[in-house]
Amino acid sequence: MSKHYLAIEGVNKTFGTGNKATCVLKDVNLNIEKGEYISIIGHSGCGKSTVLNIVAGLLSASKGGVILDGKEVNSPGPDRSVVFQNHSLLPWLTVYENVALAVNKTFKKTKTAKQRHDWILRSLEMVHMSHALDKRPAEISGGMKQRVGIARALAMEPKVLLLDEPFGALDALTRAHLQDEVMKIQAEINSTIIMITHDVDEAVLLSDRIVMMTNGPEATIGEILTIDLPKPRNRIELADDPKYNRYRREVLRFLYEKQRKIEPLSSAKKSDSINAQSNSKAVNA
Amino acid sequence: MTASTQPNLRKLTPVVQPSVIVKIGKTMKPWGDSFIKNVLPALIVGAIFLLIWEWMTSSASATLPAPSKVISDTWELIVNPFYNHGGTDVGMGWQILASLERVAYGYTLAVIAGISLGVLVGQSTWAMRGLDPIFQILRTVPPLAWLPISLAAFQDSNPSAIFVIFITAIWPIIINTSVGIRNIPEDYRNVSRVLSLNGYEYFVKIMLPAAAPYIFTGLRIGIGLSWLAIVAAEMLIGGVGIGFFIWDAWNASMISDIVLALIYVGVVGFLLDRFIGFISTLVTRGTSAQ
Ligand SMILES: Nc1ncnc2c1ncn2[C@@H]1O[C@H](COP(=O)(O)OP(=O)(O)OP(=O)(O)O)[C@@H](O)[C@H]1O
Ligand SMILES: [Mg+2]
Repeated sequence: MSKHYLAIEGVNKTFGTGNKATCVLKDVNLNIEKGEYISIIGHSGCGKSTVLNIVAGLLSASKGGVILDGKEVNSPGPDRSVVFQNHSLLPWLTVYENVALAVNKTFKKTKTAKQRHDWILRSLEMVHMSHALDKRPAEISGGMKQRVGIARALAMEPKVLLLDEPFGALDALTRAHLQDEVMKIQAEINSTIIMITHDVDEAVLLSDRIVMMTNGPEATIGEILTIDLPKPRNRIELADDPKYNRYRREVLRFLYEKQRKIEPLSSAKKSDSINAQSNSKAVNA
Repeated sequence: MTASTQPNLRKLTPVVQPSVIVKIGKTMKPWGDSFIKNVLPALIVGAIFLLIWEWMTSSASATLPAPSKVISDTWELIVNPFYNHGGTDVGMGWQILASLERVAYGYTLAVIAGISLGVLVGQSTWAMRGLDPIFQILRTVPPLAWLPISLAAFQDSNPSAIFVIFITAIWPIIINTSVGIRNIPEDYRNVSRVLSLNGYEYFVKIMLPAAAPYIFTGLRIGIGLSWLAIVAAEMLIGGVGIGFFIWDAWNASMISDIVLALIYVGVVGFLLDRFIGFISTLVTRGTSAQ
C-alpha cells in the first residue's frame, strides 16, 4: 500500500459507453502529503473537476482509485469536504443553519450540543462571518457566500479540503482577501488542500505544488511544479521576487506554449487572456 | 312584488356607496395613501359594475334580478347564515361549511397521495416512465366524468364527492412535486452526499425545502380546482352543500339566491387560494428566489 497520505493511483475516467464514450482522464497519478497545499491548473474542460470529484467520491474512477490515509475512497464523506464553485449554500437555511447542518451531522456522536454550537460559531468567526449568522444566502454578497461555504467545509474538520475554483466568481479585491484568509487558516490548522484554479497568480501564491494538466480528452498530469517560497507569503512582496516570477512564467509557458488549445475559437480567446494576464491578477478563463 | 321593492331599494343603493367609501377612507388613513391607491380603484370599479348591473336589469322584462333586488330577496339568508330548519334547509354558512368539509377531506387526501406520488415519480426514473403516461392521460379527464364511476364504486354520494375532489386536485400536485424534485440542483444533492445525509435527512432537509416552491404551486392550483369541482359535483349528488343549494334554487326559480351563492362561492374560493398562498410564503420564506 501507499505510504503517502493521499494517493491518486492510475485513475482513468470514461464518460458514456459504446461509441459515445469519451476518455476524459487517462492514468492520473499523484501523491500528496499531509498538510500540503496542491493546486490543479489546466485549460477549461480538461478534467480538473473530474479529478476533484473522484477524490471527493462524487464520481467513481473507471480504472484505478484513490487512497486516503490508508483507506480506499469509494463514496463521498465528511472527511473530504468540498467547497463548490458556486458556494452551494442551501438558500432556505440561514448562514448559521447552513454550517450547523454540516456540523451537527459530522459531530453528532462526538460532540455535545453546546460544543457543536460553539464550534459553528468559531468556524464562522474564522471566515469573519459572525455578523451575519441569521442572514439567508440571498441576503449576503457573493464573497460572503463563498466564505460561508469555506466555513462549512472547514467546520467538518476534513482530512482533505477540496476547493473547486473557490474564488472563480469573485472580483479581484474580494478574491485577494479570501486568498489571504485561506492562507491564514491553513497556517493555523495545517489542513491538506487540493484547489482547482484558473488563476496563475493564485496558484503560485497559495500552493506548495502546482499540478498542471494536459488538454483533454485523455488528459493527464503534464508537469508538477514545486513552489519553494517561504510561508507566510505576502502578495505585495512576492510581486518583485524573481523566484515567484519564474514560477509564474513556468506555469504560463506550460499553459500557453506546451498545452495550447488547438480549437481556433477558444485559442483566440485564450491568447486574449494571456495579454490581459500580464497586467491583472483577475484573469479567469 | 317586483314593483313594490324596487323603488325604495333604488334609493338605498346610492346611500350605501358613499358611506362605504367615506368609512374606508377614514379607517385607511393610518396605512397611508398607497393603500387607498390600491383599494380605491377596486371600490370604484365595483361601484360602476353594480350601477351598470342595476341599470341593465332594472326594466320589468329583465330576466335576471338587479343587485338591489338580490339583496332584498335574500336578506333573510344574508342576516341568518346559520339557521337550521332541518334537512337541506339550513343557512348559507352551513352550506358553505358542508362543502368546505368535503373539500377538506378530498384535498387532504390529494395532498398526501399527490406529494408521495410526486416524490416517487421525481426520484425514480423507472417510476416516471411507468406512471407518467398514465398521469398524463388521466389528468385530462374532466372532474365530473369521474362522478358516475365513483358513485358506482362507493355506492354513496358523500364519498363520491370527496373522491371527485381528490382526483381533481391530485394531478397538479403530483406533476408539480415531481418537477420540483427533478429540478433540485445537482449541487444540493452533492452537498447532501458530502455530508453523508441519510435518506430521511435528505428528504426533510434538502428535498422538501428545495421542491417547496413547486409543491406549493401545485397545492395552489389543486385547491382552486377542488373548489371548482365541488360545486359541480354537489349539484349532482344533492344533500347539504353550496352546489346543491344552487341547483335547488334554480329548480325553485330563486335566481337571487343563486346570485348570492355565487358571491359566496367566489369569495370562499378566493380566500382558499389566499390561504394556501399565505402558507406558501410562510413555509418557503422567499427561498424560491435564487
Ligand atoms: N457527467 C459527464 N458526462 C459526460 N461528460 C462529462 C461529464 N462531466 C464532465 N464531462 C466531460 O469531461 C470533460 C472534463 O470536465 P471537467 O468538468 O472535469 O472539466 P474542468 O477541467 O473542470 O473544466 P472547467 O475548468 O471548465 O471547470 C469535459 O470535456 C466534459 O465535457
Ligand atoms: Mg470544473
